[in-house]
Amino acid sequence: MNFVQNFPFFSILLSLGSGVLTSVMNKTAARLWNTFILIVIGIMSAVLFLYLFSTGESYTFMMGHFPAPWGNEIRAGVLEAGMALFFCIVMLLSIKGGQKHIDEEIEETKINLYYIMINLLLSSLLALIYTNDLFTAYVFVEINTISACGLIMIRQNGHTIEAATRYMIMSALGSGLLLLGIGILYDITGHLLMSNIKESVAQLAQTSGYKVPLIAAIGMICVGLAVKSALYPFHTWLPDAYGYSTVSSAAILSSLVSKGYIFILIKIFYRVIGFDVILNSNVLNILFVFGLAGMIMGSVNAMQEKDIRRMIAFSSVAQIGYIYMGFGLGTTAGIVASIFHILSHASSKSLLFVSAMGLTDASGKSKRFDDLTGSGFRNPAAGIAFTMGACSMVGIPLFSGFISKLLFAQAAVENSLGKMLPTLICLAVSTVLNAIYFMKTVICIYTPIRKKTQDGFPVVKNTSSYNVVLLLMVVLNMFLGCCSQFVVNWINAGLDMFG
Amino acid sequence: MGANLIANYGEAVAMILFGIGFSNLLLQKNLIKKIIGLNIMDTATYLFLAEKGYIEGRLAPIVVNDIRSAEAYINPVPSGLVLTGIVVSVSVSALMLSLTIRLYRRYHTLDIDKISTLLKKDESMI
Repeated sequence: MNFVQNFPFFSILLSLGSGVLTSVMNKTAARLWNTFILIVIGIMSAVLFLYLFSTGESYTFMMGHFPAPWGNEIRAGVLEAGMALFFCIVMLLSIKGGQKHIDEEIEETKINLYYIMINLLLSSLLALIYTNDLFTAYVFVEINTISACGLIMIRQNGHTIEAATRYMIMSALGSGLLLLGIGILYDITGHLLMSNIKESVAQLAQTSGYKVPLIAAIGMICVGLAVKSALYPFHTWLPDAYGYSTVSSAAILSSLVSKGYIFILIKIFYRVIGFDVILNSNVLNILFVFGLAGMIMGSVNAMQEKDIRRMIAFSSVAQIGYIYMGFGLGTTAGIVASIFHILSHASSKSLLFVSAMGLTDASGKSKRFDDLTGSGFRNPAAGIAFTMGACSMVGIPLFSGFISKLLFAQAAVENSLGKMLPTLICLAVSTVLNAIYFMKTVICIYTPIRKKTQDGFPVVKNTSSYNVVLLLMVVLNMFLGCCSQFVVNWINAGLDMFG
Repeated sequence: MGANLIANYGEAVAMILFGIGFSNLLLQKNLIKKIIGLNIMDTATYLFLAEKGYIEGRLAPIVVNDIRSAEAYINPVPSGLVLTGIVVSVSVSALMLSLTIRLYRRYHTLDIDKISTLLKKDESMI
């Protein structure tokens, strides 16, 4: 076995172990160690990615000494390795971008605890990406939830605690359904490893045995994960959680945490149930309807917000709707578009949160649009970065958002299940709404100040690391937008390896 | 249908309990009652798993008296799943209880909707 093949296991263990280590470090050491770990894991994922790309084959890695039907397994393909690399990059940039606020807003003695949460979150995300065992996935889903809850409530105010409570309630509902679904699936197939379940499910589908329990299990797993990733009617905790927590938390939560659940859902579609069986069960139609509702309602809610952070948060609801709409199309093209949107949304949403932090800092920490007027002049770097992020969300060419909208539209046109018209209409309406509220914000931050009362805001000097982070995030976004063919080929290759 | 229900009464009870717990967690306003609902829901899942692993007339999967044939024992995997699940649910309950304590200290109520209205009032005063 090649040494590189150990890397998924190393990266999960490394981040899990450093979570324990950082608890005894002081805040500077914890910060440096966390950065170091993120870079190391990023490099390992990159090496693994290149290795898998050259061999062109995925592999399974035995955890412990028991072979396939009994033991636990890790599985890595190009899609998994690339996702791990991407998550590391976005996480590192989000933390570095919000560093100033982490140091200001969190109590002095609790800063190292923040890095524990980050490390646990990273390890759970990596485990969700790599695991080949359904029950392990459940356990890491819970670890993901708990550490995300810690990220929300580490900045102590009434809003974050309430948001964390609501988040925990919704997540508990979701994970209850997920666990019961996994229980039923184990009951009718007798396996917990993904590939073994798939074989049994294929047999069951052929003989049409256990039809009702199979549909019940699929429904419970899909709904459970949809609830956890804040699909439209279950999003009530989201605006408060993203709006009042510290910036890095908001960026990580919106761009990574909900994406972890969505990624495990994709894995379940392809590697556990099998895409044909999922299609026949009609569960995707339900996700499709809720996705469309989310696209419209999230944008409508975002338009009514007077608070920039909450507006960006509601925009996340709409984007999650896009992703589920892509699943609902029920074609591989739809899934590819959804995966591309995961990347595109993660890169632009973290950019928006981090640049909004620069704008609010230049407006006396106020997040209201009245005070943000003209902040683009007071903090030029953040203003430009925010404009670019907004362009990406609206779908201007050169940015990643354009490509994901294009892919969604193409997938919708190729769709033969009669979903073309509703998809295209909702896509158009949602894009217009996106444009209205994002361009309104951009116009607002570039409106020269007239009122006397606002003269008091000082011109804020950004730290150089903050400017570099903004630049890198813009570059990441434009890379996704300009080299989209490479990314789409990569996603297709990864999905082929799934099967 | 009826005969199946009676034969699998353990699973039926588990599903009813799951429903009770789920709706309590979703609909109750009182945070403590919500947490009780969460625990009922999780316990129902463990009951379901344990029922699935149990095979009538077989022994616990521990080797005594040198019986080594697999047919003598029940399926040990669901018991392992239940143990893991219990650990997860204990930590989630502990976290929810600690959040409840923090909210109670701040707002002197356990009603999550009242807390939301209080928060909105706070915001409009600023």
